[in-house]
Amino acid sequence: MANTYTLIASSTVGSGGVSNIEFTSIPSTYTDLLIKMSLRSNRALAVDGIVMRFNGDTTSGNYTAKRIYGSGSGSPTSDSANNGLAIMNGNTATASVFANAEAYIPNYTGGNAKSVSADGVSENNATEAYAVLYSLLWSGTSAISSIKITSETADTILQYSTAYLYGISNS
Amino acid sequence: MPTKLIINCETGEQTEVELTAEEIAQREVDAKAYEADKKAKDAELVAQAEVKAAVLKRLGLTENEAKALLS
Repeated sequence: MANTYTLIASSTVGSGGVSNIEFTSIPSTYTDLLIKMSLRSNRALAVDGIVMRFNGDTTSGNYTAKRIYGSGSGSPTSDSANNGLAIMNGNTATASVFANAEAYIPNYTGGNAKSVSADGVSENNATEAYAVLYSLLWSGTSAISSIKITSETADTILQYSTAYLYGISNS
Repeated sequence: MPTKLIINCETGEQTEVELTAEEIAQREVDAKAYEADKKAKDAELVAQAEVKAAVLKRLGLTENEAKALLS
């Protein structure tokens, strides 16, 4: 049971946007990690996917993800998620509006594969708006010391997007 | 030139640096992989819809009638 939340680091994307947001030198002194994100990309759609990579491991085969999502119409759908983890707004969503997402990483210093659960909602003043639940497994067995956040389509993460990294202790 | 925002959690320092050629290449690989995956999923959805429509046609039912039967 988590009883402390400590802000480790925060970031706000500046003018011109960036390809990635990377938290490095993450201390191993907590039990779990929580990342809260409010992101928007320049993808020419209402929504974009967030991809997360740990410790510089870019081998997609080391990440397995599933998701269930609703898009504002039709029935919810579940599928594999191309290693994605939550969502951000694309650039045709309502202007100046950012999505909300968070990812929880329990036991991030453990010696086994790391599981991640995440949820996200796109924010859009239109019928097409998404709510998504993700689960992801990274096969890496070393402590997570860096996290890279990027767009699944390699689009630019836009100015004023934010990401906050929290450490959570259970004692 | 694309850049990345690095936040050093030990020092709190934030720096924006240009991606290396290797990182740019990796982004292109990832984007292509995404597009291929999306195309495969879209094709699967179309195929499923075609099968469903063919079955309903054989049964002489509309989609709403089939939903009513299963509700």
